[in-house]
Amino acid sequence: MSFIANLPLFCIVASLVCSVISSVLNGKLARWLSMALSLAVAVCSLLVLGMVWQNGEPLTYLMGHFPHPWGNEIRLGILESFFSFVFAAVMFLCMQGAKIALTQDLEAGKRQFYFVMTDLIQAALLVLAYTNDIFTGYVFIEICTLASCGILMIRQTGRAILASVRYMIFSLIGSGLFLLGVTILYGITGHLLLPSLHEAAAELWHTGDYRIPLTSSICLITVGLAIKSGLFPFHYWMPDTYGCATPCSSAILSGLVSKGYIFFLLKVIFSGFGTEVFYGSGVQNVLFVFGICGMIFGSIGAIQENDIFRMLANSSAAQIGYVYLGIGISPEAGVIGALFHILTHAVTKPVLFLSASRLSDTAGGSKRFKDLQGSGYAFPLAGFAFSLGALSMIGIPMTMGFMSKYLLAVAGLEATFKAVPTLLALALSTILNTFYFARTIIRLYTPGTPLSSAAPWRAQASFGLSAICFSLLNLGAGISASPLIALLRHGLEFFGKVG
Amino acid sequence: MLQTLWDSRVNCIAVILFAVGFATLLLHRNLFKKILGLNIMDTASCLLLTSLGYIEGRTAPIIVDGVTDVQRYGNPLPAGLVLTGIVVSVSVTAVMLALTVRLYERYHTLDLDEIYMLARQEEGEK
Amino acid sequence: MKKSEFRKWLKSWDAGEFDFTEALSDRASLPQPDGGSKDHPWKLEPINRLEQGEIKSFRKSYPFFAVVLCCIMIGFLLLTVEHLPTFGAPDAPAHNEVMERYVEKGMEETGAVNVVAGVILDYRAFDTLGESHVLYTAATAVFILLLSLKGGGEPERERKIMQSDPLLKSTARIIVPLVIVYGIYVIFNGHLGPGGGFSGGAVIGGGLILYAIAFGFEPLDKILNLKVYRMIVLCALCFYSLAKCYSFFCGANHLETIFSPGKAGMIFSAGLILPLNIAVGIVVACTMYGFYSIFQRGRI
Repeated sequence: MSFIANLPLFCIVASLVCSVISSVLNGKLARWLSMALSLAVAVCSLLVLGMVWQNGEPLTYLMGHFPHPWGNEIRLGILESFFSFVFAAVMFLCMQGAKIALTQDLEAGKRQFYFVMTDLIQAALLVLAYTNDIFTGYVFIEICTLASCGILMIRQTGRAILASVRYMIFSLIGSGLFLLGVTILYGITGHLLLPSLHEAAAELWHTGDYRIPLTSSICLITVGLAIKSGLFPFHYWMPDTYGCATPCSSAILSGLVSKGYIFFLLKVIFSGFGTEVFYGSGVQNVLFVFGICGMIFGSIGAIQENDIFRMLANSSAAQIGYVYLGIGISPEAGVIGALFHILTHAVTKPVLFLSASRLSDTAGGSKRFKDLQGSGYAFPLAGFAFSLGALSMIGIPMTMGFMSKYLLAVAGLEATFKAVPTLLALALSTILNTFYFARTIIRLYTPGTPLSSAAPWRAQASFGLSAICFSLLNLGAGISASPLIALLRHGLEFFGKVG
Repeated sequence: MLQTLWDSRVNCIAVILFAVGFATLLLHRNLFKKILGLNIMDTASCLLLTSLGYIEGRTAPIIVDGVTDVQRYGNPLPAGLVLTGIVVSVSVTAVMLALTVRLYERYHTLDLDEIYMLARQEEGEK
Repeated sequence: MKKSEFRKWLKSWDAGEFDFTEALSDRASLPQPDGGSKDHPWKLEPINRLEQGEIKSFRKSYPFFAVVLCCIMIGFLLLTVEHLPTFGAPDAPAHNEVMERYVEKGMEETGAVNVVAGVILDYRAFDTLGESHVLYTAATAVFILLLSLKGGGEPERERKIMQSDPLLKSTARIIVPLVIVYGIYVIFNGHLGPGGGFSGGAVIGGGLILYAIAFGFEPLDKILNLKVYRMIVLCALCFYSLAKCYSFFCGANHLETIFSPGKAGMIFSAGLILPLNIAVGIVVACTMYGFYSIFQRGRI
C-alpha cells in the first residue's frame, strides 16, 4: 500500500489537532492555520484521487488492527476523494473571500473560536466523505452540527442567537431520528459497517424477514438526514439562519455542510442499504415529491424577500430540492445529476453570499434591495461574480447550472412515470429562479443614488482571488463538463460495489 | 400482537418516550421544556440501544475468572455505542442551555414566539 | 406557593403565561421583566395586540398538534417494535459473529478484561476519538456564548453565588477527597471493571463542582484557571489524537505497535487503553467543572 493511502488518516487527525491548537492561538494565526489546513487537505485529496484512479478500484483502509465487521474502516474511492477535494477547496476560498467580513463581525477575543469550529467542520466533512461505518458517521454528524451552530452564533446579536437555537432544534430532531434509524437497523442486522450492512440488508430483503423494521429504518435515516440538509418542509430555519449569520458562515453552511449530509446519505443508500433495497422500498418517491415542492416553494419564498441574504437562503432551499429530485428519479442517471448539482451549488452559492456581503458593504451595510441599487458599479468584481453565480443558478448555458439541469432533465426523461413532473418542475422553477435573480442583477446595475466610495484595495484583493477562482471553476466545468461527468459516472460504479 | 408488545415492553416504553420527547422538542414553545424534551428523546434512544444488548440469563460483558465463553455474557457493542450517545446528549444539552441563558438575559422570556416577535421589533428599529 | 396558584400553573400550558415573580416573592434576585433597564427599551412597550392575538392562537393549536404528532409517531414506532426481535432473545440478529469475537478474543487481542472498554478504545476507537471531540466542540460553543472577556463588549456576568454554610463546608471537607479518589479509581480500573475515562471524569468533575459550591471559586482559581484549562485540554486531546493516529497507521499498514496488550488483569496492561482513559478522564473532569464555572459566573 503506497504512502498516499495514509493521507486521509493524516488529514482527519491534522484537522482535529489543528482545531484543538487553534483555541490557544490568537485570531490571525488561527485563521492562517485553518486556511493552510484546508489547502493541505485539498492537495492530499487530489493525490488520493490520482492514486485511486490509477488503481482502478477503491481501497479499504483499516482504522485499527481489525477488518470489518469488527473494526472501523475508511474507504478511499473516486467520489469520496473528489468530494473531499471540492469541499476543502471551497472552504479555503470561502475563508479567503470573507477575510474582511470576518474581521468586522467577530468579537476580538473570540476570533480563534471561529476557526476552531471551521477546522472541526473540515474534519467532519472528511469523515462523512470517507467513512465506511454508519455510527462513526453519526458521531461526526454531531460534531458538524455543534460546529455549525458555533459558526452561526459567533455573531452574538439577538437575532443570530435566536437563529442558532432554531437551527439546533431542527438539526437535533434530524439527529434523533437518524440515531433511532441506526438503532433499529442494528437490531435487525447486527452490523454497523457499511459493507456488512449491504450484505445483511440484501439478505433480509430477499427472505422478507423484518420487512417492516427495515423499511422504517430506511425512512428514519432518510428523513433524519433530509431534515438536517433542509429539504422541504424542513427548510424554515434557512432564511433566518443564513440571513443573520456572517457571510462566511452562510457560505460554509449552504455550500458545504448540507452537501456533506447529502453525500453521506448517498453513501448509506449505495454502500449501506444498496440500491435494490432502497429503491425497492419506495422512499425515493417521497424524496421526489418533496424535492419538487422544495424547488417551487423555495423559489416562491425567494421572490417575496426584500433582503438579499434571505433571498439567497430561500434559493438554497430550492437548490436542495433539485438534489433530492435527482436522488428520487433513479439510481444511475438521477444520482449523477444530483451529484453534479451538489458540485454546482458548492461552487456557486458561496460566491453569491460573499459577493452579496461585499456589495452590501458598499451600500453601508444594508441588505435591502433598494439600498443595493447601483452597487454593481461601486464594486465591479463583486457585481460580476454575483451576476455569474446568478446566471449559473438560473441555468444559462456555459455555466455549471445549465449542465446540472440538463442532466436532471435527461434522467427524468429516462424514467417512465416521473418524466412529466420532472420536466414541468424544472421548467417552472427555472422561470421562478430567473424572476428573482434577474431582478437582482438588474437592480445591481441600475444607476442609483451616489453610494459610499468604492471598496478599498485590500478588500478587493482578498475577495478578488476567491471570486475569480469560483468564477473560473463555474465557467470551466460548465463549458467542458464531460470529464467531470465521466469521473462521476466512474466513481458511482464503485460506490455501489462493496467488498 | 399485545403479547409481543408486552414481551418487549422495555422497547415499547423506549419508543413511547422517544415520541413524547420528539413532540415536545418540536412543538413546545418554552425553550427550557424543549431542552427537557431533547433529553427525554436522547435518553429513550439510548434505552432502546441498550436493550438490544441484553440477553436473558447472561451477565455483563466483563470477563470473570478468565472464562471467555460467549454463552455467559451479554452483547458488549450496544453498551459502547450508548457511551457515545450519552456524551453526545450531554454536549448538545450544554450548548442548548447556554443559548437559552443568553436569550433569557436579552429578552427576559423563555417563550420562543415572544422572543421572535421581540427580535423582529429590535431589528425593525435599527 | 399557594394551592390556588399551583392550580393556575398546572392549567397554563405554557409557563411563559404564568408570572413566577408574583408567586415566588422571596426570590428577589429574579430579573424583573419590565425593570426598564436601558438596554431593553422596547420591553416598555408591550408586544402589539395583533401579534399577541397571533401568539395566543398559536398557543391554543400547539397542544392539539403535539398530541396528534405524538400519537402518529407512537403508532408507527410501536408497529416497528412489534416486528423487532424480542427483548432478551438470545437468537437475535445482533448477537452474531461480531459479538462472539469481541467476547471470546477481546481479552487476548486488546488486553482489557472489560470487553466494552476494549470495544470502544481498541476495536472501534475511531468513534471514541470523534466522541471526545464532540465534548470539546460543545465546550468551545459554550465559551463563545458565555465567556465574558474583561474589557470586551459585555458586562461581566454577576450571579448570586450561594453563601455556603459550615455544615456544607465540613461535609465537603470529608466527601470531596473521597469522591476524587473514587473518580481516579474508576479511571484507572476502566479496563478491569466497569468504568472508564468518561464515567471517572464525570465523577471527578462532580467532586470539583462540590468543592466549588462549598468553598467558593477562589481556592480553585489558583490551580484551575482558563490558561491551565486550555493547556490541559490541548495536551490531552493532542495526545489522544496522535496516539490513535499512530495506532491506526500501524494497523492499516500491518505494522506492530510498541504498545502490547500485556498481561490481562494488571493495571498497566491493555496497551493504549489506560493512557487514553486517563487523557479522556482529565478532559471530561475539566470540562464538567468548566461548564459549571462558566454558567455560574462567565469565566473559569
